[in-house]
This record gives sequence, C-alpha cells and structure tokens, in this order.
Amino acid sequence: MSELTVTLLRLGYLVLLWAFVLSAIGVLRRDLYGTRITTRRKPRAAAPAAGPATTPSPAPAPERGRGRRAGPTRLVVTEGPLRGTTLPLGSTAVLIGRAPSCTLVLDDDYSSSRHARVYPEGGQWLVEDMGSTNGTFLDDQKVTSAVQVRPGAQIRIGQSVLELQG
Amino acid sequence: MATVEAHRVRAGRGTELALLVLALAIAIAAYALVGIGATDELPADVLGYGAGLAGLALVVHLVLRWRAPYADPVILPSVIALNGIGLAMIYRIDLAREARGGTEMFAGKQLAWSAISVVLACVVLVVLRDHRTLRRYTYTAMVVGLVLIVLPLVPGLGVTINGARIWIRALGFSLQPAELAKIALAVFFAGYLVTHRDTLALAGPKVLGLQLPRLRDLGPIVVVWAASIAVLVLQSDLGTSLLLFGLFVAMLYVATERLSWIVIGMLMFAGGVAVATATFGHVAARFHIWLHALDQDVFERSPGGSGQLVRGLFGLASGGLFGTGWGQGRPDLVPFAESDFIIASLGEELGLTGLMAILTIYLVLCQRGLRTAIGVRDGFGKLLAAGLAFVIAFQCFVVVGGITRIIPLTGLTTPFLAYGGSSLLANWIVAALLLRISDDARRPAPEPGGELLSTPAGGLPLDEDARNPVAVAGDDQPTEQLRRTSGGGRA
Repeated sequence: MSELTVTLLRLGYLVLLWAFVLSAIGVLRRDLYGTRITTRRKPRAAAPAAGPATTPSPAPAPERGRGRRAGPTRLVVTEGPLRGTTLPLGSTAVLIGRAPSCTLVLDDDYSSSRHARVYPEGGQWLVEDMGSTNGTFLDDQKVTSAVQVRPGAQIRIGQSVLELQG
Repeated sequence: MATVEAHRVRAGRGTELALLVLALAIAIAAYALVGIGATDELPADVLGYGAGLAGLALVVHLVLRWRAPYADPVILPSVIALNGIGLAMIYRIDLAREARGGTEMFAGKQLAWSAISVVLACVVLVVLRDHRTLRRYTYTAMVVGLVLIVLPLVPGLGVTINGARIWIRALGFSLQPAELAKIALAVFFAGYLVTHRDTLALAGPKVLGLQLPRLRDLGPIVVVWAASIAVLVLQSDLGTSLLLFGLFVAMLYVATERLSWIVIGMLMFAGGVAVATATFGHVAARFHIWLHALDQDVFERSPGGSGQLVRGLFGLASGGLFGTGWGQGRPDLVPFAESDFIIASLGEELGLTGLMAILTIYLVLCQRGLRTAIGVRDGFGKLLAAGLAFVIAFQCFVVVGGITRIIPLTGLTTPFLAYGGSSLLANWIVAALLLRISDDARRPAPEPGGELLSTPAGGLPLDEDARNPVAVAGDDQPTEQLRRTSGGGRA
C-alpha cells in the first residue's frame, strides 16, 4: 500500500472521529439555546390599519376580544413607577388602585386602594373616579362622573399616567 | 412584550440512530485500519465483527425505543464509540504480541465481555422502570457496596495480582468487585444525602466565611474516609480508595452546595495521603516515581520503576500531533498497553488530535450525565446522576492524569476503553442508569388533568362592591380584616 493511501487513511480516521464529536456537540447545542424569545407585539401593530374584519388569523388568545369591537385594545401605563406596563382590554371593567384585588395594582403612594375604574359601555370606554383621595384626571380635567376616554387621552392617577392605545 | 417559550422536547431516537451510525463507523473503521496497518490486509472477519457490533448497538437502541423513549440521544453513541475504539486497540496490541510470539489474546475476551455488558445494560433498562425504585434500597446498597469492597480479602476467594488484592476468582472468572461497588455506593450516597442534606448544609457554626458542619454530622464522612483508608491499607489499591472518597465528597458538595465539605474532604485526604506515604512503601514509591520519573536509576529499577510510565510518555511523544496511524506504532512496548496504559497506546497511534477527540467524547458523556442531573425532577435522581457522571469524569482524570504525569499513577481503569471485564460491565450499567434517569429528566411533564379555567381578557371579574362603586365607602381601607382566632395562641 502506498505511503499516500496510508496517510490519507490515517488523517481520514481522525476526521471521522472529529465528525462524530462535533455532531454530538451539535446535538447538545440545543441545550444551550433551550428557549426561544418571541415578541408578541408584531401581529398587533398591523391590526389598527387592517381593521377588525381582516384581523390576521394567528391572533393569540388574549386578543380574541378585538375582533368584536373596534377601538382601544390595551391600557398602557406611560408614566409612574409602573411605566411600560400594558394590560389587554377585554369586555370587563378594569379596576385601578393599590389594593391587591385591583386588576391593575399600582405601586403608587398617591393613589387610593380603589382609585378609579375604566369600563366599556356601548362600544366606548369610560373612566370613573371611585371616591379617591387625590382624584383622577383626564387630560388635566378632574373626573367627577363617568367620562368617555379617547385612545391617547391621558388618565392621571396619583403619579401614574395611563393611556388607552390602539 | 416578549415571551419565553420552551422548545418542543424531541425524544431524540432518530438523532441517536444517526449518531450511532457514525459511532459504529468509527469502531469498525478502527478495526479494519488496525488490520491494514499491522498486517497490510483487511482482517478476515471484519464484516462479521462489524455486524456483531452493529447488532449490539441496535439492541440497546431498540430497548431504548421500547422502554426509555425520551432517553438522552448522545449517551449511547458515545459509549459505543469508546467501546469500539477500545476493542480495536486491544486487538491491535494482540496482533503485536502475536508477532512477538505471545499467545495470550485479549480482544476476543473483551468482545465477549462487551456483549455480556450490553445484555446486562438492557436488563437494567427493562427491569428498572423508574430510577426512584433504587432509593428503597439505600441501606441495602451500602451493605452490598461494603461487602463487594472487602470480598477480595476473603481467603480462598481473593487473589493478589501485581501487588494489589482487588480481584476475586470463582468459577473460572475473575472479577474486580470494587468496580461494581462504586455503583452500589453511589446509590447509597444519593439515598443517604437526599435525606440528610439539610442537616449537613444548614446546621453548624460559620468560620471564616465557611459554613462548617456540626461535629456529629461529620460521622458519615469519617466512616467513608476510614473505609477508603482501609482499602488503601489492606488491599494496596490507591485508585479505588481515591475514587471512593472522591465520589462521596463530590456528592456531598452537590447535595449541600457547601464549599466547606470540599475543603474538609481535601484536608482529610491530604492527611490520609501524608500518613500513607510515610507508612506504606508502595504509596511512597508511587510518589517517588512520579517526581523522579526520568532519573536513570528510577527508570531501570524493576519492578516498581518508572519504566512503564516513561515508555508511555515516549509513546505519546512519538505519536505527535496526528499519530502514527492504526497499527503503525509500537504501543506494545509499554507494559499493560491494553489496560492501564491504553490511553498512551491511543495517543501514540491517533496522536494528540485523536486523543483530544476521545477526551471530548468523555467530556460530552459526563456533560450529559450532569445535564440529566439538572433536568431530573427528584432529588435522589439528581444526586445519583451527578454521582455517576462524576465517577466517569474522575476515572478519566485519574487515569489520563497519571499517564501524562500530572498526578501520581494510580490503578484505575479507563471507562469503556481499557481491557477488563468487570470495569466494562460496571460502566455499561452506569450508562444504563444514566439513560434511565435521562429518560425521566427529558420526558415532558404530564398535562394537568381536567379543564383549565380560562381567564377573561380583562382580568378576573371584579368582586361585588367593585361592581357597585357607590357602595364603597372611603378608601385606603385594609382589603381584609384580620380576625383573631381562638385556640391558636399560647395560653
């Protein structure tokens, strides 16, 4: 057998060994990347333009309410200690305050235990103060009775500002 | 908003089959190349050998499909590859011995032992449906382990080979019972520690940032230490003694997360070794050989010189980066080239590149063991998997470290590679146990029974007075009234 064949066989075997090792490690790689991060915002961003009739089909469960009603789909905290928190809006009222039983529990010393309520009525969302100490303001107007909230209007509760969005 | 989703768990049997094909290619190509390298022709029985090995691998694969469908897909191919490489190297050394007129053949025996081990591993997989069953036999395992360790000391049963009394011979077979004892003791340690981990971890004073255990909790570690010293004294077996103690300290650390146990263990071991070195000639000789291996008089002393160690180093050196190729080197110049020094033989013929690949296979194997320990949901399984993975890793470290002169040479076997029936048997059982535990670890959790209540999109419905805001008087009231309970307090 020629010297070249012997050398090729020798090196070829080492390549085979490493091919096994590397493919085994390739299988293990799944452990390192064991979870997948997905953003949930994408399908929602397209929704207002498309309208309710052409809602994209892969809508996850929390968005089911949107098909029935046009209008805001979530309540967003834009200022205050909970800034960035979003709450999907469905068909039930959202109670806002410091008490643990509230739907949106604010970590805000200037808000009351049960501060305000945002609820749907006749296809619109209304905000109502629930006898809070410091009051609820909609676009700097003190809320005395139930007032309609447009998307983008600012609801101020204590140090926090909330908005209804798309 | 981003959500984290776990990957769908794949059972991995298909992956395992693909990796098995590669592993078998490694094993069979090694056998063929040994023949080509040493005798310039393919071994006559290469097809039969290949079919036999593939059959063994396939049997385990099918048993896994049947009884442990979620077992880890990498463990079995790694074990098959290592076993195949070992078989090829033992056959290669047989050929060299034959050429020099020797008659003792090991490859056939090792192949028979491989078959027996595979069958036994399958039996373990079939019989042991759930590794937690083993926890019932915690103290039985302790007794079995200790009996197996002292078995070679029984007159008439034990035999002394090469100065160490670690063998028993019965019915024409010789066995090294300590190899099996390590499994029994791993089961015992896991069962014992999972019960006592809290006492061992939390009670006791804190000194210099180290959480020290209470004095009475030191009992078990002292017992194991004494047992390993007894092995060292009575059987002159440094390797088993080291393995025993290392296993216990490692599992204690895994169980308690207390660095103090490692420190205490190291100190006790250092003390034990210091005393042993001063007292027993053979331990002192090992240290002397290690430190002065290249001295002329130490090299030439026989028996007990450094000849074997240094010849192994010469073999590794002549292998270089890419090795001499299967069947092209002279690994048979080293005594015990097929068992204790198989790593040196492989290093000579496969070179640093090949040896690194083999060590990486071991690394992958141990990683799978430890990953299993992380993934499995019960404490006993965690400790057992970690302990078994540690045994494999520790044996590799002690053997490879000994051959490459990082630590003094001790007599432990290279798992799956080295010639030796009992070692192969024990390690296949370890692999079977790891496969069994990994099946439990990777199996998706059962779906909770019954229908889940769906949460409405706007949160849970409000309670009564929130629906009716007029009824809410004032604010900042506590949401719940504390009630004084009777009978709960102290009189």
